[in-house]
Amino acid sequence: MSHYQLDTRRLLCPMPVIRTQDKVQQLQPGDRLTVVATDPGALNDIPAWCRINGHRVVEVSRAEGEVLVEIEVGPSQPLDP
Amino acid sequence: MNKQRKAIALISGGLDSMLAAKLILDQGVQVEGINFYTGFCVEGHTHAIRKKDVQKQKRNNALWVAEQLGIKLHIVDVVEEYKDVLIHPRHGYGAHMNPCLDCKIFMVKKAMEWIEQNGFDFIITGEVIGQRPMSQRKDTMPVVAHQSGADDRLLRPLCARNLPPTLPEREGWVEREQLLDLSGRSRKPQMALAAQYGFTDYAQPSGGCCFLTDEQYSRKLVDLWEHRSSRDYTLDDIMLLKVGRHLRPAPHFKLVVGREEGENNFLSGYRKEFTHLTVESHMGPLVLVDGELSAADLELAARIAARYSQGRSAEQVMVKVHYLDGSECELSVAPLAGHEIAEAWQV
Ligand code: SF4
Repeated sequence: MSHYQLDTRRLLCPMPVIRTQDKVQQLQPGDRLTVVATDPGALNDIPAWCRINGHRVVEVSRAEGEVLVEIEVGPSQPLDP
Repeated sequence: MNKQRKAIALISGGLDSMLAAKLILDQGVQVEGINFYTGFCVEGHTHAIRKKDVQKQKRNNALWVAEQLGIKLHIVDVVEEYKDVLIHPRHGYGAHMNPCLDCKIFMVKKAMEWIEQNGFDFIITGEVIGQRPMSQRKDTMPVVAHQSGADDRLLRPLCARNLPPTLPEREGWVEREQLLDLSGRSRKPQMALAAQYGFTDYAQPSGGCCFLTDEQYSRKLVDLWEHRSSRDYTLDDIMLLKVGRHLRPAPHFKLVVGREEGENNFLSGYRKEFTHLTVESHMGPLVLVDGELSAADLELAARIAARYSQGRSAEQVMVKVHYLDGSECELSVAPLAGHEIAEAWQV
């Protein structure tokens, strides 16, 4: 299991979600990814995307205009049919 | 046992595509959603920006629809590829800068590529004959199917019974009798169906699914193109068109004036890319400058910034100019009077 970071600061929704999705596709189940965003929409959108696609949100936090969402990659990859 | 068939549903976030996906899900087909992000989508950007809207629970409608339906959603960034669709639409524009027919063809074509790569069987959309003046007409719907290359792998569950049977119907992957025969502009049947399924709180975009159907937005886009040597654009360009008051006092420069704190915060993210003005002596907007300014232009820009600050009735307002190289200068100016902001400057 590895821990990765993804910087989506200054991007507007849904770009942070798209970047998260594209990054998660390269990771293994159990890996963790911490996404940093400045668009507050990411606070809702990334967890919603995780619920839909079977990933776990470990932690969500807000600090100084930034949003941090930590994800644990779920068992199945979204693009594997 | 029959093989379980798989369909990809184009999900815009609106009601029609939601219902179309639901009809096919109910027939036991495995459905996943796909949503294309062109940069012009109505998806809450301005909500993220304007302060008054921050309180409102902001959501991405496509994600919301997928969650309601219990399906996966793939969001695809098509910002770069979409430029060609918008700049050179083979079938022209709609009422504003919306190239709806080419846009639909493009999206179905991308969905077709996706199903080929992922082993899916067909594509579904929420199109209804006669619902939209350009892309959803009896004569243009076959154009979308044909020019996208999807042909009879494109199923429109809401109006399928008004169209020739498609592959999924002929092969018995879905039952044609269970599909609908909607047509025309009325929204009533969709609303009734939504009530029947217990869907409430769905998004109801008025014009279309993107900013290109918006008159004001289209005007700003045309203005941008007219004052540049090419029609190319960046994602930042088209985002900035959604924010602030846009004034063009002369052909060679445009000002983007933040209208409130949320917009000022957003615009401040562009401080490194644009010469900009801030009002020092009073509360005031952040103003981005797009273009090269002479000393006289700069004075005018400063007077405009002052006009939109809380010092608008003061005799002198202190405005600071921040240049791209990091240098700064201060100007003490008299704010323009309201009537001096010419109507013609408003983009
Ligand atoms: S409204 Fe916009 S997104 Fe929808 S079909 Fe037309 S151009 Fe495409």
